[in-house]
Amino acid sequence: MNLDSKTPDGPLAEKWDNHRFSSKLVNPANKRKYRIIVVGSGLAGGAAAATLGELGYNVDCFCYQDSPRRAHSIAAQGGINAAKNYQNDGDSIHRLFYDTIKGGDFRSREANVHRLAQVSANIIDQCVAQGVPFAREYGGLLANRSFGGAQVSRTFYARGQTGQQLLLGAYSALSRQIAAGQVTMHTRHEMLDIVSVDGHAKGIITRNLVTGEVDPWTADAVLLCTGGYGNAYYLSTNATGCNVTATYRAYMRGAGFANPCYTQIHPTCIPVSGDHQSKLTLMSESLRNDGRVWVPKDAADCSKYPTDIPEGERDYYLERKYPSFGNLAPRDISSRSAKEACDEGRGVGPGGRGVYLDFSDAISRLGESAIRERYGNLFQMYERITGENGYKRPMRIYPAIHYTMGGLWVDYNLMSTIPGCFVLGEANFSDHGANRLGASALMQGLSDGYFVIPYTIGNYLASAGAGAISPDGPEVKEVLDSVKQRVDQLVSPKGKRSSRSYHKELGQIMWEYAGMARNESGLKKAIGEIQELRDDFSKNLLVSGSGKTLNAELERAGRTRDFIDFGELLCRDALERNESCGGHFREEHQTEDGEAMRDDENFAHAAVWEYKGEGKTPDRHTEDLSFENVELAVRSYK
Amino acid sequence: MKLTLKIWRQAGPEKSGSFETHELDGVSEDSSFLEMLDQLNEQLLADGKEPIAFDHDCREGICGTCSLTINGHPHGPENSTTSCQLHMRKFKDGETLTIEPFRARAFPLVRDLVVDRSAFDRITQAGGYITVRTGSAPDGNAIPIPKPDSDSAMDAAACIGCGACVASCKNASAMLFTAAKAGHLNMLPQGQAEKDKRTLDMVSAMDDAGFGNCRNYGECSAACPKDISLDFIAKLNRDHAKANLKKLLS
Amino acid sequence: MFSTSLGKKYLMALTGIVLIGFVFVHMAGNLQILAGQEQINKYAHDLQSLPWFVLWGSRIFLLACVILHAWTAFALVSENRKARPRPNEVEVTKKAGWSSLYMGLTGTILLSFIVFHLLHFTIRLIFPEYNELKTTVGSPDDSEIQDVYKMVLAGFRLEGVSVFYVVSMFLLCRHLSHGVSSVFQSLGIRSESWRGRLEVASEAYAWLVFIGFSIVPVAVLAQESGIFSLFDAAVFSSASLLP
Repeated sequence: MNLDSKTPDGPLAEKWDNHRFSSKLVNPANKRKYRIIVVGSGLAGGAAAATLGELGYNVDCFCYQDSPRRAHSIAAQGGINAAKNYQNDGDSIHRLFYDTIKGGDFRSREANVHRLAQVSANIIDQCVAQGVPFAREYGGLLANRSFGGAQVSRTFYARGQTGQQLLLGAYSALSRQIAAGQVTMHTRHEMLDIVSVDGHAKGIITRNLVTGEVDPWTADAVLLCTGGYGNAYYLSTNATGCNVTATYRAYMRGAGFANPCYTQIHPTCIPVSGDHQSKLTLMSESLRNDGRVWVPKDAADCSKYPTDIPEGERDYYLERKYPSFGNLAPRDISSRSAKEACDEGRGVGPGGRGVYLDFSDAISRLGESAIRERYGNLFQMYERITGENGYKRPMRIYPAIHYTMGGLWVDYNLMSTIPGCFVLGEANFSDHGANRLGASALMQGLSDGYFVIPYTIGNYLASAGAGAISPDGPEVKEVLDSVKQRVDQLVSPKGKRSSRSYHKELGQIMWEYAGMARNESGLKKAIGEIQELRDDFSKNLLVSGSGKTLNAELERAGRTRDFIDFGELLCRDALERNESCGGHFREEHQTEDGEAMRDDENFAHAAVWEYKGEGKTPDRHTEDLSFENVELAVRSYK
Repeated sequence: MKLTLKIWRQAGPEKSGSFETHELDGVSEDSSFLEMLDQLNEQLLADGKEPIAFDHDCREGICGTCSLTINGHPHGPENSTTSCQLHMRKFKDGETLTIEPFRARAFPLVRDLVVDRSAFDRITQAGGYITVRTGSAPDGNAIPIPKPDSDSAMDAAACIGCGACVASCKNASAMLFTAAKAGHLNMLPQGQAEKDKRTLDMVSAMDDAGFGNCRNYGECSAACPKDISLDFIAKLNRDHAKANLKKLLS
Repeated sequence: MFSTSLGKKYLMALTGIVLIGFVFVHMAGNLQILAGQEQINKYAHDLQSLPWFVLWGSRIFLLACVILHAWTAFALVSENRKARPRPNEVEVTKKAGWSSLYMGLTGTILLSFIVFHLLHFTIRLIFPEYNELKTTVGSPDDSEIQDVYKMVLAGFRLEGVSVFYVVSMFLLCRHLSHGVSSVFQSLGIRSESWRGRLEVASEAYAWLVFIGFSIVPVAVLAQESGIFSLFDAAVFSSASLLP
């Protein structure tokens, strides 16, 4: 497997400029000869489809939702980082770059991260011009807030719904291109496979979720912007439709899958309330700006009403352990600390799986109305779900799977190991290393879509030349037939168990053994259990109805099967990565006081998995990460 | 909790539909309305029946996919809440719940409780954008925007495009949606250049889609999970009149 | 402009403004009956003596507004029916009040009221005998003029007619309650801070119109039943359907 990162030469700060200059261009008049498929319509996909359409390419954009505006980027609450230094607090491109590399626990590619920091400022400008209503100060200029893992205030936000506003910005640009006829939108279409000819990606196969039709689409390049795989854990903050199918199918067709074990657990979610639960709800991390996290010092106090526990009997454990970052410690660290507190029996709420997030200090300092102004919608959401009033009684929070840093391996041009198949946003592995800082996901999605792919795809297309294949060709037909067969297979057996029950069971295995803390024996056990689950799935699955209509059971069954296969890959990667880094915490590798211990000598690389066929163990390749501009330090937030 | 559920079933757009009644026992008060439907679907599946098709995705009240009319109210009787954020503790044990799709000619039915809301996309495509090429934007702080203006634009932009406004209106009018979308951009300095064209084009796309006329009675705003105000409708009326007059006089 | 959905609403609002203004003027005119036979007869005579183009211009303009208002309403309603071919199984509302829900019904009844009213007092086709009611009271030059005072008393002494008028004025009140505030909404001439005040003002105006129009028939019935006497007893007793 060729893992040449194609990182440009030159000093770090000049790499992107040099690369843009040396990349080949497609003549404006020739752009209309090319057809590009974009799968996914979130920040990455929506921005890419809009921008490529604007440049003059013919774009086909696909999403499983009923409208491109509903992609799960919409749910991001907190904000988007940019190295604007509007606050005059010492921010710079280099600082954002450094914070992101360090936040990722030195497991990402320097050049990619630096580019991300560079274009971050352009993103804000672009979004403001589109009409994104970012929060403003009374003088009329843009406001900022601070976010976990940073000591400068560089996060731009639009109330508690920054993701929706940014997505609506991208969607509006996309809508303009749809109206102009440059982009053809295919909603309620799910990508089920990728077609390549002579090793180059030339098309995809989709299933129309309304009519059940399985159709081929061909083009000169394919962009996968299909998000992360957090739903492998069943319960996560992802939308119920989020799935790994597109990226996993690409992996099966030869795209390397990098670092699947890097998953992020978000510390401020609403705890699980019972077995009926279908998803977990996140409350923006920005809450940690004003809320203080604590548990009772004494496990015996856990059942008391929180305000009855005196100040001296509370353990503000983040402030105690990480005095300089306090409640704003990065996500992985906050999450693990919450787990530790609960493991010690000091957790609160049902099942003892929760910690308090207390606003009483902030309310007495700033007044309830100021807190309402900042977080009103989050308090409302909390009350709706739990039936408790967060102003009067501390909220209960617990970590949940939120984001996945791993994804398809891409080079500096965002191209996977299948030439012509590009991967953008959360679906790729590129920028966040082993842990993502808050407010960086939106930044990456938009950076990839608006500012990176328009340049790098031109370089590929100019080299490969125009020449979309016919949808009736033999290469297409072969893949099409295999997809149809797979769909038929799912519908035909009439077993006893619903796909949801398999998905739930997979989630339990994953959360137990590959969740916040992992160890060798647990991961081995998980792999065994997942294999058994797969066997049972192939024999005992029950899908009602047919493949010819809107059939949610069939959709879930297909996605669950890919999650099962993928879950095994994730555990395998976690097992092989014999160190702790970022979101990947191996219990065998920790300091005496429970901090993660990296092994830079043996694991300063990206692990890239190559599919070898059904039932065969995949190969593990590596891309070494070299750090020329930062010193590999112990990530300390004390 | 134990519930009696009277649910609209319809196999496809051309088929005729009717209500079907199911009993569901052992519903947790902490589960959301959609989780209750999940539970019912698992039960139907186990009984060898076809589960009920309904739209849902984020389940945290922001994507606007869920679209149920519960006891006559789009998204249920609670204010400022989507179906996915509506919890069963708001209902009584033993209650009968009537669940219907969002009904409007402009939202053709797909299956059971699933409708096609692409008419909203078409309204946006008609003019719900600011024309700005990627990369051509000036610095974000180049144009100061007074905080009250920016806040009002945000109030309008909070619309999640779920269509509850249409479903709650006896005329199936899409004025609240269109007004929120046009209003958001029309209030900002960036949106001024295209304001008149946007307003006229979005309104005519709304009319073409087959929505009804505004009744000025505020059901839309009362049903809106994001509390979008009727003021935006007044504003759209004003902007549309101005745009027309300008066109007439030019 | 008026072909779009918003255009039709503008038309409703603009014709509505004219009619809202008209009912006030009409009501102010009516109330002059309380000032006595001479005042109301003189007022009515002066109106009739306006130059023909002013008189007929206003009449045609008002009639056109009524027709346009009704026709637009009809067009809107038929579009609305098409927009939602199937109602909900459970039809409920969260905010909409009675008056806004039944604008079509109140409007239709009011339209038939207007027809009746014109035939009753203006064209006097229902009781052609009213044309015979002549007097010199209120006349500028001792010539005989229409005795509006007596005609109104004669008209309202019929219980059924009075009740129909009062009920119709109540429906007008409800129609105005939603209609007046809708004018501001449909033409976009209001802001958030004015919303509450305009709604109160609309409601107040609607009731003012109701009371103003209902005083006369109610007073006539009251005198008929001997509760109190507001009108000239001699004229009152001589004012009956068949003079």
